[in-house]
Amino acid sequence: MNTVIQVEGLSKKYLIAHQQTDNYQTLRDAITRKSRDWCKRLAHPFRASANQPLMDLSTTEEFFALKDVSFEIKQGERVGIIGRNGAGKSTLLKILSRITEPTKGRITLDGRVASLLEVGTGFHPELTGRENIFLNGAVLGMARLEIKRKFDEIVAFSEVEKFLDTPVKRYSSGMYVRLAFAVAAHLEPEILIVDEVLAVGDAQFQKKCLGKMKEVGQEGRTVLFVSHNMGAVRNLCSRAIMLGNGTLVADAEVGTVVDQYLSSNQQTGNIGEVRWEENGAPSCEEISLRGIRVLGPGSNVYSIYNSTKPIDVEIQFLVKKPLRGMRVILSLLTSDSVVAFASTNHSIIGEQELNPGIYKTICRIPADLLNNAEYAVNVHFGIPGAKVLIQGKEYLTFTVEGAGGHGSNYSEKWPGVFAPKLTWEWVEKTC
Amino acid sequence: MNTSPNRLIIEAGRTERHYWKDLWRYRELFYFLAWRDILVRYKQTVIGVGWSLFRPVITMVVFTVIFGRFAKFPTEGNAPYSVMVFAAMLPWQLVASALSEISNSLLANTGMISKIYFPRLTITASSLIVGLVDFSISFVVLGLLMAWYRFIPDWRILTIPLFLLLALATAFGAGIWFAALNVRYRDVRYVVPFLVQLGLYISPVGFSSSIVPEKWRLLYSINPMVGVIDGFRWALLGGESQLNEGGFALSVLLTALILWSGLKYFRKVERTFADVI
Repeated sequence: MNTVIQVEGLSKKYLIAHQQTDNYQTLRDAITRKSRDWCKRLAHPFRASANQPLMDLSTTEEFFALKDVSFEIKQGERVGIIGRNGAGKSTLLKILSRITEPTKGRITLDGRVASLLEVGTGFHPELTGRENIFLNGAVLGMARLEIKRKFDEIVAFSEVEKFLDTPVKRYSSGMYVRLAFAVAAHLEPEILIVDEVLAVGDAQFQKKCLGKMKEVGQEGRTVLFVSHNMGAVRNLCSRAIMLGNGTLVADAEVGTVVDQYLSSNQQTGNIGEVRWEENGAPSCEEISLRGIRVLGPGSNVYSIYNSTKPIDVEIQFLVKKPLRGMRVILSLLTSDSVVAFASTNHSIIGEQELNPGIYKTICRIPADLLNNAEYAVNVHFGIPGAKVLIQGKEYLTFTVEGAGGHGSNYSEKWPGVFAPKLTWEWVEKTC
Repeated sequence: MNTSPNRLIIEAGRTERHYWKDLWRYRELFYFLAWRDILVRYKQTVIGVGWSLFRPVITMVVFTVIFGRFAKFPTEGNAPYSVMVFAAMLPWQLVASALSEISNSLLANTGMISKIYFPRLTITASSLIVGLVDFSISFVVLGLLMAWYRFIPDWRILTIPLFLLLALATAFGAGIWFAALNVRYRDVRYVVPFLVQLGLYISPVGFSSSIVPEKWRLLYSINPMVGVIDGFRWALLGGESQLNEGGFALSVLLTALILWSGLKYFRKVERTFADVI
């Protein structure tokens, strides 16, 4: 296979002005500053001007959005580009699609490139759907004849036939996105660069888009796909490149890199972990909470948990006075405050007497159970039938990604608080 | 790696090398942008095309009454005063509207500039086209006006395309200067309307440049619009209308200078548009 994209030592530097809130300045400021410099020079004609930089260096700072990134992509490969916000993904795409220039390095591209950094670039609200198809097509680099040839196909894909002669400002946002993606989906470049465009539209349309992109990949064209949706990346790409702080962190088969990404998101703070010292801890006369941690593989705290691995919720507490019959109740709540489940360690503690000391109890949530969602952890202490020790409260949240347990080939979020892996059977009557 | 006809190399400073070829390759986008601007321009206006008639005609009437009747300024040759004013309104409207449109064109298309590649000059150039449509409409009005006064232009009218080109070069040269500056310095958008307003009075639109004393004519021609307007009058009014050769040459030279420096500046900063817009 031929190499179609070759990136060598790519760097991009931005100057950040600390003084300004925006990138642009006013002409007035520029003139005042220039003339102030000039007056200074007039007043002190013999002072060397070399130590008077044009821009005040204290207010600007260099920032490398990309630092010495190199990789190669062969024809027909579908490559996902992943990384946290600010890792340099967008900058890389912008350089690849020639919107901005690299500071250093070199890219060689073999083939017609189309980049889709946004759906509906160039759409004008006053123009009708029909007019916008032509305009957007031209913006994306399609020739007029090509657009004419594919016009019917585009309209059919977009499902907005009835509103073709309505200005797009009257479209619902769903229709708008469908029309915009339909145009983009009918580009026929040799190299397609796509940014997070699948984050828009309803689930059904997203599915259609993913299918279309997969089709594009199977036609031997090269696809570069940036997304935060690990499911989509896993589904669409065969290989992934992970960026972190502007450098290339990993470049391998998609599963490996996605796992690395999910596990690299280690974070401290109130997400995934909470700790208390003696003072300020939720407590009562008998006990006091010490900490709650949500643990993924390797007993580490992450900011995003992989649903295909078990997740442990660890609760640590101090018993101050001897205590009998206490139980801990753990509830998991979805972001709309629906209780996903509640569970207790009552059956293993039983009527056991607890002496003063520090205890730990761990609840294991099995793999392939949770959905792609954010869950809140609620912990309650009490003695059933006698008293409430520490009233249940949500102490922390954690996010789960990568669920595929609902059995779909697409990894969009499915309804429901869980996405358990269930067994399906398929029976075909042969008579 | 095999070399293919579509091979593209991206390097710091490299974008320049295929610049003019790219500009040609993106000509369809140019048509579509111009078409869009025209469609949008006439879509949601009640009298649509009427606007491009209304403004120059009213201005012409006001100037004729004030300068021709009250101030009793001389006309050029034997042309009626209103025809002389309208012959200047044509290039003036073209340059004024094109200048405003071009200066705003990059900011008005921020979304496209930060999301897609194309030679940025395409957007500025397509903004010229709307002005040309208005110009053609006004030209018909001038024809009607001449017919009304039974004024017949001579062969010189055939040279109009040359002066039209000069007007376009002036508008485009100054326009891309302002457009590029506008990306970085947002107060340019207050400068342009002011310049256009001022220009209407310091350019010989309401009067003939022949009322400017001979010794000041060369200095007066530093305003490139003087050359453009004098050229239009010379071509349209025929007969005794004179062209001040020295002044005209100076105007043409200055226009060329503005256009050349504008292109140079535009291309120098074009690469950073997406970073600062």
